[in-house]
Amino acid sequence: MNKILHKEKLNDSVSRITVEAPHIARAAKPGQFVVIIPRENAERIPLTIAGTDADNGTVAIIFQIVGATTKILDSLKEGEEVAHLLGPLGTPSHIEKFGTVAVIGGGVGIAEIYPAVKALKAVGNEVITIIGARNKDLLIYETELRAQSTELRVTTDDGSAGRKGFVSDELKDLIASGKKIDLVVAVGPVPMMRVCCDITREHRIKTVVSLNPLMLDATGMCGICRVTVAGQTKFACVDGPEFDGHQVDFAELTARLGSYKDVEKKAYDHVCRLLGSRGQGAA
Amino acid sequence: MAEKKQRLHMKERSVAERTRDFQEVPLGYTPEEAIAEAKRCINCQNPLCVKGCPVEVKIPEFIELVAEGKFDEAAKKIKETNALPAICGRVCPQEEQCELKCILGVKGEPVAVGTLERFVADWEREHIQLQTSNIQLPNNKQIPNSRSQKIAVVGSGPAGLTCAGDLARLGYQVTIFESLHVTGGVLTYGIPEFRLPKKIVELEVEYVKSLGAAVRTDMLIGNVYTVAELLKEYQAVFIGSGAGLPKFMGIPGENLDGVYSANEYLFRVNMMKAWKFPDSLTPVKIGKKVAVVGGGNVAMDSARVSLRLGAEAVTILYRRTQEEMPARAEEIKRAVEEGVVFKLLTLPVEYHANREGWVAEAECRRMKLGEPDASGRRRPVEVPNSAFRLPVDTVIVAIGNSPNPLIPLRTPQLKTEKWGGVIVTPEGLTSLPGVYAGGDIARGAATVISAMGDGKRAARAIDNLLRKSQITNHK
Ligand SMILES: Cc1cc2nc3c(=O)[nH]c(=O)nc-3n(C[C@H](O)[C@H](O)[C@H](O)COP(=O)(O)OP(=O)(O)OC[C@H]3O[C@@H](n4cnc5c(N)ncnc54)[C@H](O)[C@@H]3O)c2cc1C
Ligand SMILES: Cc1cc2nc3c(=O)[nH]c(=O)nc-3n(C[C@H](O)[C@H](O)[C@H](O)COP(=O)(O)OP(=O)(O)OC[C@H]3O[C@@H](n4cnc5c(N)ncnc54)[C@H](O)[C@@H]3O)c2cc1C
Ligand code: SF4
Ligand code: SF4
Ligand code: FES
Repeated sequence: MNKILHKEKLNDSVSRITVEAPHIARAAKPGQFVVIIPRENAERIPLTIAGTDADNGTVAIIFQIVGATTKILDSLKEGEEVAHLLGPLGTPSHIEKFGTVAVIGGGVGIAEIYPAVKALKAVGNEVITIIGARNKDLLIYETELRAQSTELRVTTDDGSAGRKGFVSDELKDLIASGKKIDLVVAVGPVPMMRVCCDITREHRIKTVVSLNPLMLDATGMCGICRVTVAGQTKFACVDGPEFDGHQVDFAELTARLGSYKDVEKKAYDHVCRLLGSRGQGAA
Repeated sequence: MAEKKQRLHMKERSVAERTRDFQEVPLGYTPEEAIAEAKRCINCQNPLCVKGCPVEVKIPEFIELVAEGKFDEAAKKIKETNALPAICGRVCPQEEQCELKCILGVKGEPVAVGTLERFVADWEREHIQLQTSNIQLPNNKQIPNSRSQKIAVVGSGPAGLTCAGDLARLGYQVTIFESLHVTGGVLTYGIPEFRLPKKIVELEVEYVKSLGAAVRTDMLIGNVYTVAELLKEYQAVFIGSGAGLPKFMGIPGENLDGVYSANEYLFRVNMMKAWKFPDSLTPVKIGKKVAVVGGGNVAMDSARVSLRLGAEAVTILYRRTQEEMPARAEEIKRAVEEGVVFKLLTLPVEYHANREGWVAEAECRRMKLGEPDASGRRRPVEVPNSAFRLPVDTVIVAIGNSPNPLIPLRTPQLKTEKWGGVIVTPEGLTSLPGVYAGGDIARGAATVISAMGDGKRAARAIDNLLRKSQITNHK
């Protein structure tokens, strides 16, 4: 169970794994995620289901190495098993024919939008996908997304690919061009989602964001994932992770995301030490 | 006529010693102590104690066996009605159940039924079932898995474990689906090691497995399979998904960094072993000045865990008086001994942050008890101009849990109460045919023993149902 069948590095800090999980592949819908514990004693970390193959009973996950547990996950090789895999979690994306939908992915969020782009297109939407990363090397999933979108627009902070600038700049231009946009979906770092919401709020375009608060059980039992939406406390793991972006308290989300920064560093160093010595032994 | 003897209280580890680690606080009885305490029981003809026990443990019978030194037989006697005595002996609110009704309590102290139960279970574990590998199957009438019908049990807390155990013993093919990566429910993630060693919970789960039940962890029912999907493969479903939804007060500042729900806090410590950080990678941040809001077992556990994690000052904020506290008397006593400060008749109304956005002060109001409310308890009312600020760097909100909403949310046909509890008949049948529920999902946050009682009753009802359908199928 939960064997890693395929692993591939998309760039220096982002990897894609395909994991055996027939029951998850069967039930998963766009917008849902899993919780992985790569090895016993690691954390429970939430990662979006970036694709499923129901016939082969596998799910694809794309993750960025940012700390201890993603580091451990990245150290697992093809053929090894993750200790625990739970999913699908969260409420699926609302997919229907809206008309024209702009789907925006930033950073590792690019991979997270793939299932939604595919599903939105399949029900007849015109899907304009905008993806952005710091530079060309960090751009992922471009080919896959181009194949599924009506139109794909690319931005990089340094202009090494596509337009120089942010995804939000591209969104601004798209709206300014007079194109009628019926829905915006934005997935990526909190500042990106916040800026996109600020833009669409002015133009009264409904905007869905996928929030990424810290999570623990991810089944609705601990409350660490609580976010304030329209003045009400919601649990992102069950009620979300998608919410109406215009109603989200982003400042609170940012503050809560940072609450473990100092200890996370300690965990990361600890894991690097452990993996470092092991890695050398193997080499 | 038995002479009047004082109740023998268990010896406990000293405060200085026990607050430094997570090991159990009370030490249990020695065999001699157990026999002496057992001899206090006068073996009532009409034992009132049994009426106080939700699973009707054969109390005088097992106590008599203890008095005779026949501990293994005593264990069998208890297990006729209670599969988890090592757990109940530790966490049952005995003072409100069996011991409350004991006749000796009228004039003096009741027999220490719970402690005796704990002793017997521990003795059995240490002398007969020392290893999980040689757990003996009880000489039951049926061979495990001798029946073809399949039953799905959702949740591996006391309700699910009891229901699964009873059905497996009857020979049904039982599969337990548990959403977390470990089994045991609150017994594992909620109640701390120093009150209920996890080894004991693991052994009980092993025991249920040894009866033939399969356990599948990492399976969130509602999302991975709906109840309707389960019913296609299983002839009956028991839902024991518990009350794991933490309540918040909804006051300003409750989402600041440093404010935990008790569930999150205990989950990090008990389940993710945060006290072993960084060998275990889940961290917990515990400050120097901790405030715990609430007055139940969950609040006491959170407070005592905080002390053990090195907090300098731990204060319980409770809006009524100690008399109204729902926590077990024993645990309140131990919390006080260990140095937890009780600020009673105190209600937090807002939390204030420091410049880094971390909680720094709990703004409170003093309360007094007013007229009785619907529950008959006197309602706390605010004392005018009584605001004060308590410096804190960690707040743990332990004001209660509601039934887990996920399964009802994903099962629209399942009827629930306004407060979220799944509606059941006395046998545990829900509004859906073939679907039973019990424990905290149906009662709201209650007790281990009531959850077990529900699991038992539902198992009986499911057995009746499947026997009937067997007959109709054969016609
Ligand atoms: C619903 C959901 C879906 C997600 N999907 C993906 C995905 O598909 N791919 C992916 O790479 N990541 C995804 N994330 C983020 C991912 O869960 C975190 O990166 C991961 O938990 C970090 O674990 P760690 O132990 O390696 O790092 P940690 O030590 O926990 O953190 C290291 C650094 O990352 C930051 N961080 C931690 N958690 C998050 C978070 N949730 N969001 C943003 N920053 C965080 C910390 O503040 C810290 O600076 C998702 C998060 C959620 C809630
Ligand atoms: C900190 C704390 C201290 C307590 N102290 C005491 C005490 O001293 N004495 C006492 O009698 N009682 C005590 N209680 C209460 C007692 O623990 C509960 O009443 C009892 O555990 C309820 O049992 P249950 O089987 O109904 O649910 P739980 O023990 O909550 O178990 C439910 C299980 O179902 C799982 N689950 C939930 N949803 C799903 C799903 N959709 N799919 C699959 N699995 C799912 C959960 O992960 C969990 O493992 C305490 C509770 C807490 C939180
Ligand atoms: S199960 Fe609980 S209530 Fe029943 S006899 Fe034992 S301790 Fe008392
Ligand atoms: S009521 Fe008390 S004295 Fe009587 S049988 Fe029960 S435990 Fe013994
Ligand atoms: S992660 Fe625990 S409730 Fe959402």
